[in-house]
Amino acid sequence: MSTPLPEIPLPVIDHAAAAARFVADEARTNWHDASLWQVRQKRDRAAQAVPEWEALRDLASKIKAHTLSRLDEYLAQFEEQATANGIQVHWAKDAAEHNQIVHAILARHGVQRLVKSKSMLTEECGLNPYLEAQGIEVVDTDLGERIVQLAGEGPSHIVMPAIHVKKEEIGALFHEKIGTPAGEADPGRLTEAARQHLRAHFLSADAALTGVNFAIAETGGFVVCTNEGNADLGVHLTPVHIASMGIEKIIPAAEHLGVFLRLLARSATGQDLTVYTSHFHRPRQGQELHVVLVDNGRSAHLGRADFRDALKCIRCGACINTCPIYRRSGGHSYGSTVPGPIGSILTPGIDLKKYQHLPFASTLCGSCGDVCPVKIDIPGQLYRWRQLVTEEGHAGRSKRRVMAVAGQIFRNPRLFRWAGKLGRRLLRWLPQRAVYHQRNVWGRARDLPEPPRQSFLEWYAAHRSDNANKKGHDQ
Amino acid sequence: MRVALFVPCYIDQLYPAVARATLEVLERQGCTVSVPLGQTCCGQPMANAGFEAGSVGTMQRFVDLFADFNYIVAPSGSCVAHVREHYKRLPQNDAVQHVRARTMELCEFLTDVLGVEQLDARFPHRVGLHESCHGLRGLRLASSSELQVPRFSKVQRLLELVDGLELVPLDRADECCGFGGTFAVTEEALSVKMGRDRLRDHVAHGAEIITATDMSCLMHLGGLARRQQMPVQIRHVAEILRGEDG
Ligand code: SF4
Repeated sequence: MSTPLPEIPLPVIDHAAAAARFVADEARTNWHDASLWQVRQKRDRAAQAVPEWEALRDLASKIKAHTLSRLDEYLAQFEEQATANGIQVHWAKDAAEHNQIVHAILARHGVQRLVKSKSMLTEECGLNPYLEAQGIEVVDTDLGERIVQLAGEGPSHIVMPAIHVKKEEIGALFHEKIGTPAGEADPGRLTEAARQHLRAHFLSADAALTGVNFAIAETGGFVVCTNEGNADLGVHLTPVHIASMGIEKIIPAAEHLGVFLRLLARSATGQDLTVYTSHFHRPRQGQELHVVLVDNGRSAHLGRADFRDALKCIRCGACINTCPIYRRSGGHSYGSTVPGPIGSILTPGIDLKKYQHLPFASTLCGSCGDVCPVKIDIPGQLYRWRQLVTEEGHAGRSKRRVMAVAGQIFRNPRLFRWAGKLGRRLLRWLPQRAVYHQRNVWGRARDLPEPPRQSFLEWYAAHRSDNANKKGHDQ
Repeated sequence: MRVALFVPCYIDQLYPAVARATLEVLERQGCTVSVPLGQTCCGQPMANAGFEAGSVGTMQRFVDLFADFNYIVAPSGSCVAHVREHYKRLPQNDAVQHVRARTMELCEFLTDVLGVEQLDARFPHRVGLHESCHGLRGLRLASSSELQVPRFSKVQRLLELVDGLELVPLDRADECCGFGGTFAVTEEALSVKMGRDRLRDHVAHGAEIITATDMSCLMHLGGLARRQQMPVQIRHVAEILRGEDG
């Protein structure tokens, strides 16, 4: 006789609970909101300075749509060109394979110390803990990444990983970890201390790993955008360079690069360009250059017609900065590497059950869609994920019941009028104590409107029925 | 021109004065307005909560009831955006396509169909305009602050035609109020925080009245303001366009 296999209860990310904890510290929430709003304003000014901004967005969106429609061809072309250039190209179907590939390369070279520049993909793959378990030291060299690494946290933002940490807290962390003077909170001096600390790591590293912003099928080269020059420093000082990229980072030709570079930094931070835009085409003399092309769920996402467009994302973070929810709940409340609106349309594709609440962590205000430089219809996708959450049976029982009743009421005008009247009467008759019961979540911080005696339709039927259109009255 | 008034379910039940003001504004512009008494809801509350499939009957009802009219006007950007965008779910026969194209938000109808250039209305107050998100970005009632397009706002232009009304500037021209339907309850903490932040912006700029195309935003903002005894009131835009002594 067979016993059924029990389902392993995995934690479901509870955004509302995490957000409530975040908001409980109002002063900090205001600070977080203001920091990000400032970035959004810088983005606005940068975008305003480009007269053809909307045309650029349109173009970028179309280039990406085309590329996604022929992703297999462009990836093959990239591999061919890159290989001809002397780059070693690897394919990883998932996170585990990516980590194994990277480890195999490092092991072959006897690498003990790896310097990494910001790569959200390696966060997504859990590379750091994997390599550390194999005895390899991994140092994140991007300042924000280094801060969260020292703090033992994950990034809270894809472009500004430590945006949730105040400078005083960075001072205390650096004091403890890298020996800056107690009480030091001057950003300039803290940054300088981090530079000195990182320099030692750069000099002793045996290999460097970078992310990729754009890979060009036509040339077999790729581009890395940073502000601190840390990617270049690592790459120039070590004999092995590994670049990890999601397969959606490909663009067809070099001529398309300008479109995306003009949009990326402006959307991300309001800069015209990132300080460093580094192009890599072939290994330098005596160096090995590897590119790892990672799928990890992307081709499955490509197969979902309603959600495919999310793969157009160039990870600028603009939708995150503008999101009124993210600004007041912090990146960690999303429980995933990519937070905010773009995270909420990507993660349900990875695990709908675990991330079932994220499509609801939104008012569908639409700011994300309007700010997005590649015009992803983020609110539309949030709406469609909500439908799938229900279709796949993840909606709670009480919600299902309420919605079934609503469906009945709204289909039946008599029932609707009766239920409305009853509701208004109850609101008038019940004592305040009963109306503002703890379980009335609406009423905990908000007054309810005064319920009128007569609904509009009741008034209309009574006073204006002579010119009323009777159609549907008795249906 | 056969014009029907659609009154969103919660306005019918909780804010009949708003529906009456809408009717009056339309009639003053010379429209003959019908009010089909069998109307209930557009289905948005269910659909946004993930139950679009269960709301198809409600959608179909809406189409059947309103398909004979030239225009269906509603005092809500959100419901109209829902009809226009999400009634894609229904088989796209002539009736559905007609209803999707011709269901209009009040200010949009006054501007784009009637071409209103003059209003006989007086409202001598300092008013803060809350650009409700679904009207703003779903119906493009105004240019959103993210887009680099010539600035316009259909609602603001109409308010400027009202005698005595003074519009106050805001720090954040089109930030969401945090209502968001079921979001107001499922994400209560955030919803309340967002609403309070919005109120603060309006009050800091001296608004006596906050107005919007959507009563749902105002119900949320007004409920918060009243609980905190803030010196600011809410009025639907129809109540202002009709004028104070209407
Ligand atoms: S979805 Fe758009 S706005 Fe958001 S990170 Fe991606 S490209 Fe940027």
